[in-house]
Amino acid sequence: MELSKIEEILERYFEGTTSIAEEQQLNDYFSSSTVASHLKQYQSLFVYFSEAKNEKSERAFVKPPQKRNQMTWISIAASVVVVLGIGFYTFNTNSSKPQSQDLGTFEDPEAAFKETQKALALLSTHVNKGIDTFQYIEAYETTRDNIFLIQ
Amino acid sequence: MLLTRRVKNYGMNQNEFVQRVNPFKDKVFRLAKRLLLSTEEAEDATQEVLVKLWRKNETLDSYSSLEAFAMTITKNYCLDKLKSKNSNHLKVVVEDYADKSASAYQKAEDMDSWSWVEKCIDRLPEQQRVIIQMRDIEQCEFEAIAKVLEMNETAVRVALSRARKTVREFMIKTHNHGIE
Repeated sequence: MELSKIEEILERYFEGTTSIAEEQQLNDYFSSSTVASHLKQYQSLFVYFSEAKNEKSERAFVKPPQKRNQMTWISIAASVVVVLGIGFYTFNTNSSKPQSQDLGTFEDPEAAFKETQKALALLSTHVNKGIDTFQYIEAYETTRDNIFLIQ
Repeated sequence: MLLTRRVKNYGMNQNEFVQRVNPFKDKVFRLAKRLLLSTEEAEDATQEVLVKLWRKNETLDSYSSLEAFAMTITKNYCLDKLKSKNSNHLKVVVEDYADKSASAYQKAEDMDSWSWVEKCIDRLPEQQRVIIQMRDIEQCEFEAIAKVLEMNETAVRVALSRARKTVREFMIKTHNHGIE
């Protein structure tokens, strides 16, 4: 290529108005062995550009451990589902049990009356037992009052 | 074994994903290195960018240009990284930078001519570095650069011209170092 043409492209190169193709012509010219002596000062620039393009990343891509996190989220979600399932199951079976339970229903009113009396008697003996203990408390209170009176 | 285990995934598997991102993975790395100026940090950034893409696994197909999207993520990630670095160790970074450029001047003669050019480019402001990287090294169209930087094409051209002229100045200052 004629020197004048190269000089003209070079001038526009520094103005930022050259095309990729023209810049490639400069690269080609400066990588040749016939660079004009007054343009030699630019040679290292263009040689550098072509050299720099060959630099490569040496490290291989390593997949981030993010997928494991997704797996943990999935397992957390799964355990929540399991827990909820067990919860619902036990809740439903418990609440349905009393309905099917034998409540001790009597057909004969006589027998029912006797059973009720028995139950009430049982209750009253327990209540009386409770009342017995009140007598201790009464004794305690009179003793306490006496002490405080003495003082 | 490891590979087959990793293949199990919901959307795209890892092999497919690597196939999708491989065409521009190195571009992401080079842009990250241009901004972060460290190979190690650029590798970390590349991994981060790919992880971000991986997490969008199911929706990756909805991007018209995955590469442009990846470059945008890379630029944003690196600029954030630089910002947090600057706010944390502002003094240290400035001193480091001054030290580096001073010693770079001294050692210029020992260096390959093109690693000297690299030093010149890496002294540019971040935005101009992105533009030089995308245009002069990756040979992207102005439209793509404008999208990544959220600028209009004219502004990109203006910034590119400024960047190229600045690099030329840096190089002229050290005229003899750049020539074999």
